[in-house]
Amino acid sequence: MQYQFQFNSVLAESGFIMQGILLTIYLSIGSIILGSIIAILFSALRANGPRWVGGLVDVYVELLRNTPFLVQLFIIFFGLPSIGIRLTADQAALLAMTLNLAAYSTEIIRAGVDSIHRSQIEAGLSLAMTKRQIFQHVIIVPAIAKVWPALSSQFVLMLLASSICSFISVQELSGVTAIIEQRTFRSFESYIVATLLYLVLALTLKVGLLGLGRLIFPRVSGLSRVQVKGEAA
Amino acid sequence: MSAVHIENVHKSFGKLEVLKGVSLTVEAGQVVAIIGRSGSGKSTLLRCINGLETIQSGRIEVVGHTVTYTDEKLRALRKDVGIVFQSYNLFPHLTVGQNIMLAPRITKGVPKEEARAQAEKVLAQVGLSEKFDVYPDNLSGGQQQRVAIARSLAMQPKVMLFDEVTSALDPELTGEVLLVMEELARGGMTMLLVTHEMNFARSVADFTVFMHQGKVWEMGPSEELFSHPKTPELAAFVKSTLK
Repeated sequence: MQYQFQFNSVLAESGFIMQGILLTIYLSIGSIILGSIIAILFSALRANGPRWVGGLVDVYVELLRNTPFLVQLFIIFFGLPSIGIRLTADQAALLAMTLNLAAYSTEIIRAGVDSIHRSQIEAGLSLAMTKRQIFQHVIIVPAIAKVWPALSSQFVLMLLASSICSFISVQELSGVTAIIEQRTFRSFESYIVATLLYLVLALTLKVGLLGLGRLIFPRVSGLSRVQVKGEAA
Repeated sequence: MSAVHIENVHKSFGKLEVLKGVSLTVEAGQVVAIIGRSGSGKSTLLRCINGLETIQSGRIEVVGHTVTYTDEKLRALRKDVGIVFQSYNLFPHLTVGQNIMLAPRITKGVPKEEARAQAEKVLAQVGLSEKFDVYPDNLSGGQQQRVAIARSLAMQPKVMLFDEVTSALDPELTGEVLLVMEELARGGMTMLLVTHEMNFARSVADFTVFMHQGKVWEMGPSEELFSHPKTPELAAFVKSTLK
């Protein structure tokens, strides 16, 4: 084995790589924000909406969670134009990632909602709150706090899965890496650089989400303790 | 008009009938203790009064509301009837102050300043003024229960229900909660309390109701009921709790 690593030609494309990184960040943060909003709405519908609406949410969640992300992406980018919906590659990527993440997040948040003790709901009812108010003020925050670690790792998985969007020519980090590889013929070097950058992105997101969790849910550790006490009583 | 009027109430969980024709009337300003063994239906009866449990037959009237199971009617009823639970049920993600202000603000539309002033008032009433910005899990059980009482009081209820509120507390903490309740009773609040604190029932409650096998087995002025039980069941129960 006498391979000579030569990173120079790859690193000469750093401006292009940076564009790819920015697009990866944009797609990830965008889908996390939009996907979370949808997931919270879906969770609310499943908890309080009419039964058939809850059923539709279930169908959506299972449909998206049991088909490959690549196929979902292709349907949106190559399929939708047939019915007149034309999206740019970047738009299709953001939409596919948002819908996919919404499905997984809905399922994770459902676990959190289910974990809220019945007595919390009774407390809300006894204070004359409506079911919607109970969901909004009593249930959802502790529910998300409880599943925040699971939710965070799902967000990181989505960041990594964004690389699949290069299949429809989206120039995010994997997309630009493929182009650089073709320009420089330095496959190993190109993907080593991409690997390290993904690692940095994923770890940064992970740490960021941990910090965000501490900020939004200062009582996360306290929640579990109260729960144990309540159940012992 | 009486504050709480319960008429021939039947309640079953599946095939198990827990209330077998219960009737009870409580006048405004009275304090009524409900005692009895586990499974006698006393907690269920209390929970029927604010509609947390549905009854199969009979009638319950509370301060002008007939207990009816539509969301709107139940909410109107619950604005006038506070309940405090054995397990406190404070909202863990909210501070003490937020716990107290939440319901008045969102269910009655009380403005923020007013809700805050009201919260400070009821918190002072339970002796926890300094805990306004503290989270529930930093409080002792007794303090949490006092906050739960304050949270109910902030809704300015006409009737307060207490469901074994000291059962999860050790004796030392039980005392501080009972003191708050005694204070409330003295202030003229109409109160129904399910309790295992016989001394408290005897000394604070105007009337005591002994429930047995899903029925009001015996009731009367507390002092008399405890010192001269008429039925052998109550006599046995009183004797067993004195040990």
